[in-house]
Amino acid sequence: MGEIQEPERTSVNGMRLGVLCSGGKDSLFACYLAMQKEEVACLISVRSRNEESYMFHIPNVHLVPLQAEAAGLPLITVETEGIEEAELSDLSRAICLAVERHGIEGVVTGALLSVYQATRIQRICRDLDLWCFNPLWYTDQEAYMELLIEAGFRAVVTGVFSAPFNAAWLGRMIDREALKDLKQYVRKYRIILTGEGGEYETLVLDAPFFARRIVIEESTEEYFNYRGILRVRRARLEAK
Amino acid sequence: MILLLDLSYRAHSLSRDEFVGPIAHIVSRAGLEWEEMHFSEIRSDDLKGAIGIILCGTALKDNLFAARVQEFSWLRNISVPVLGICAGMQILCLVFGGTIRPGCEIGMTTVRADTPDPLLLGSPAFQAYELHSFTCDLPQGWVVMAVSDSGVQAVRHPTRPLYGVMFHPEVRNDGVVERFLSLCQEKDR
Repeated sequence: MGEIQEPERTSVNGMRLGVLCSGGKDSLFACYLAMQKEEVACLISVRSRNEESYMFHIPNVHLVPLQAEAAGLPLITVETEGIEEAELSDLSRAICLAVERHGIEGVVTGALLSVYQATRIQRICRDLDLWCFNPLWYTDQEAYMELLIEAGFRAVVTGVFSAPFNAAWLGRMIDREALKDLKQYVRKYRIILTGEGGEYETLVLDAPFFARRIVIEESTEEYFNYRGILRVRRARLEAK
Repeated sequence: MILLLDLSYRAHSLSRDEFVGPIAHIVSRAGLEWEEMHFSEIRSDDLKGAIGIILCGTALKDNLFAARVQEFSWLRNISVPVLGICAGMQILCLVFGGTIRPGCEIGMTTVRADTPDPLLLGSPAFQAYELHSFTCDLPQGWVVMAVSDSGVQAVRHPTRPLYGVMFHPEVRNDGVVERFLSLCQEKDR
């Protein structure tokens, strides 16, 4: 069998990790978990020009730089046309940049249930000889949502893509009332509580590790037949 | 109580939620109590209340457990049922005299159940999630229950209730863990 060694350490604080960040609740909660166990060295963001991207959710990914600033973390951003599979080489390029610039030894994702996403990111990490962590993988969905709210995350819904979500959900905070409604939708409409089935998307405005929080100053909404997007046109950071 | 053993690179690591958490969730859903422990912390007293033990998987790049196989020698004398998942199956293999060698699989694959066993519930073939960088050459006498195109996927000890699966049953194959838990309860009666 091949030689097996103890994991190498290049930092006294633990493994240096890059967090794949879409701006939504799952990637930033994964970042929060990673910070408690290892050292988060940077965020990594892929901006897709394709709204139907299989890999990267897009409604407000342009706000990730503001999130990185709020968290005091460096950010690596690359753009992709969002063509299936070809976008993976763009993700790989982004991760390589994070290795070069920030010396990351592994990648953290907010993957919950998507074997499609997890498999592809695992393969990229294997090819680059990096660790891959998915701390929300097949987690207890209800417990996760409760913890998200309890920990002080402020995430708003920025996209809805299935019945029975109406336009009132756009901009709605994921709080205890919203969670109660989502649980009802799980029972009645069989959505996935966390939105992992693409039912809804979120944007994190505040997190326990943000020094400042995001304020949306201007946004527009599009909504038709259970599909809608809240596009943030202008946002700023304010003191907490 | 079911004892969940964390095989990852250190206790309370970032891998814990990914590989122990989902199994704990399945055990809780089945209405059974569980405790978890890192492999480096286990003492013989910890095994006394357990009606079954699950050796959980590790990250693809995390093969530290295989360099510390001597810390699993207690498995040779264990009498309660054991289910080794991925890294756990590799440890069972090493403890009982088998070997492991590089053999990476990532993603869904077709598993063919060649030997009927209640753990796999007689499904002739099913899709399963793989995440491993080593594959097993089994100890003498161990029974191969299922295979994929790239290697052995499910095994059992010839006489004792010791099972190993190379795939990750927590992903789309919860039933394998649930049937193992039923087996633990039957043996405990």
